[in-house]
Amino acid sequence: MEEISILTAGDSAVTIEFADKISPDINRKVAAFAKALVRENIRGVLEYVPTFRSVTVFYDPLIVSYGKLCRSLQRIMENLEVTSAEKKRIYTIPVCYEEPFAPDMHTVMAHTGLDRESIIKLHSGRDYLIYMLGFLPGFPYLGGMDERLETPRLASPRTKIEAGSVGIGGSQTGIYPLDSPGGWQLIGKTPVRIYDERRKDPIFYRAGDYIRFVPIGEEKYREIRKQCDTGTYRCEVTES
Amino acid sequence: MDGIKIKNGGALTTIQDKGRYGAQQTGFGPCGVMDEKSFHIANALLGNKENEAMLEATLLGPEVEFTGENNFVITGADMGAMLDGVPIEGYRVWKAEKGSVLKLRFAKNGVRAYLAFAGGLDVPEVMGSKSTGLKIKMGGLNGRKLEAGDEIAFVRPALKLSHLERRRMTPFDYQKKEWNIRVVLGFQKDYFTGEGINAFFTTPYTILQDSDRMGYRLEGEPVTCRKTVDIISDATVPGAIQIPANGKPIILMADRQTTGGYAKLGAVISADLPLLAQAGPGNKIRFEQVSVEEAQSALRIERKELKKLERRINRWL
Repeated sequence: MEEISILTAGDSAVTIEFADKISPDINRKVAAFAKALVRENIRGVLEYVPTFRSVTVFYDPLIVSYGKLCRSLQRIMENLEVTSAEKKRIYTIPVCYEEPFAPDMHTVMAHTGLDRESIIKLHSGRDYLIYMLGFLPGFPYLGGMDERLETPRLASPRTKIEAGSVGIGGSQTGIYPLDSPGGWQLIGKTPVRIYDERRKDPIFYRAGDYIRFVPIGEEKYREIRKQCDTGTYRCEVTES
Repeated sequence: MDGIKIKNGGALTTIQDKGRYGAQQTGFGPCGVMDEKSFHIANALLGNKENEAMLEATLLGPEVEFTGENNFVITGADMGAMLDGVPIEGYRVWKAEKGSVLKLRFAKNGVRAYLAFAGGLDVPEVMGSKSTGLKIKMGGLNGRKLEAGDEIAFVRPALKLSHLERRRMTPFDYQKKEWNIRVVLGFQKDYFTGEGINAFFTTPYTILQDSDRMGYRLEGEPVTCRKTVDIISDATVPGAIQIPANGKPIILMADRQTTGGYAKLGAVISADLPLLAQAGPGNKIRFEQVSVEEAQSALRIERKELKKLERRINRWL
């Protein structure tokens, strides 16, 4: 565990970074650390955010000193037990990769040197692990995108991206659950309401689940969208 | 119903308390007041509970009719408040009668005013908070800014407050040529060049028009990066200073995202976030680097000052 470091993030948070890469193994350490942090219940710790390869711990510096907090976190790391993965739950998300839903498809084509069809095939051809939720309620950071699709984020982020937009940001891909500013390259859109306050569970998936994108045409998009508006559409779920 | 009726919502008036905590791990940001200091002072002056929700008005204040009598206080920005046509000062308790109209106008000193009512406002708590989440459309009044016709009830109006003469303090002056904001460097500082970091701490930055409760966008010398500003997305903290590839800093405020993919130069210290919340578009900022210890000690002083104010009021009750 010697490669792990405790880093200061402002005056009321520290970040425990396990590595500077995306990997299911690293992510399992993150999950194990988060679990131990909850169990330890350190006085002055307010909440925490687990991410791909780190956990940020928010604390009240007037309740727990920086030094004492670091010692407690160090102790957690020394006793960390990492469990192996359990069974996979996969959500199928339909995505229309056609215009007008793919405003940055040409940028991704130019950057990757791939044609539209290859991009769609590569993007929808695998199951993505939800490494974490963040940025917006229910925004899934997905791991496992094909390296050939990597495209840098926009130099200047958009002030509005519509809910349901599917994009690529560097080596990552994901869905915008709400209208939001953002800097990812948009290559498609799902008609599914990822965030829906009418549902008992406004966000239906969790970190640790998997997402599978299925390409659909514009007509199918409109059809599913109608079902989503009336609340009758359910994403297909498979367990393996 | 004893409460308030909005006659005009102003530019952006929302119901806020300290914020929604505990769900950042599923992506729910805290929201809450931008200027926690003015918020705390308003509740202290009224003898309210520490986290009682109130109205946060931005730049152009609302016009509010009282549908029942109650005591109220205005802190933060000076919006030239008028009660039934008569100008009234901030930072002191006023009593409004049923039918009274309180009008806030353009902010002339600071940009955010806090309008608090004795006993608080009766809106449902969502995930433990009454704060309005504009981006996520939840909390406050149906997750949106207040508009003409909206009615909000008081929880339990406190009509008789003792020692009114002691429930006041001198307003803050937010009219500055340049704002000095303290910053703690973060662990991703090495994404940026020495010249970039130097520019950040030695040249002024201007707050741009499209700044909001989510983030302050700044114009000025670009903070240049060494290779890239793209990181594997990780958690953000209040006041985090993100630098996109164009080198123009964005300071993450109350409605910030819980995670982000741009490298962070550092974070504005907790003690200075309330001050920054009173700076608006066009204002110039200079950043000063401090250590984490200095930042925490500044926070300690701020909290002590507030406790002192609370004691000064309560000693006489």
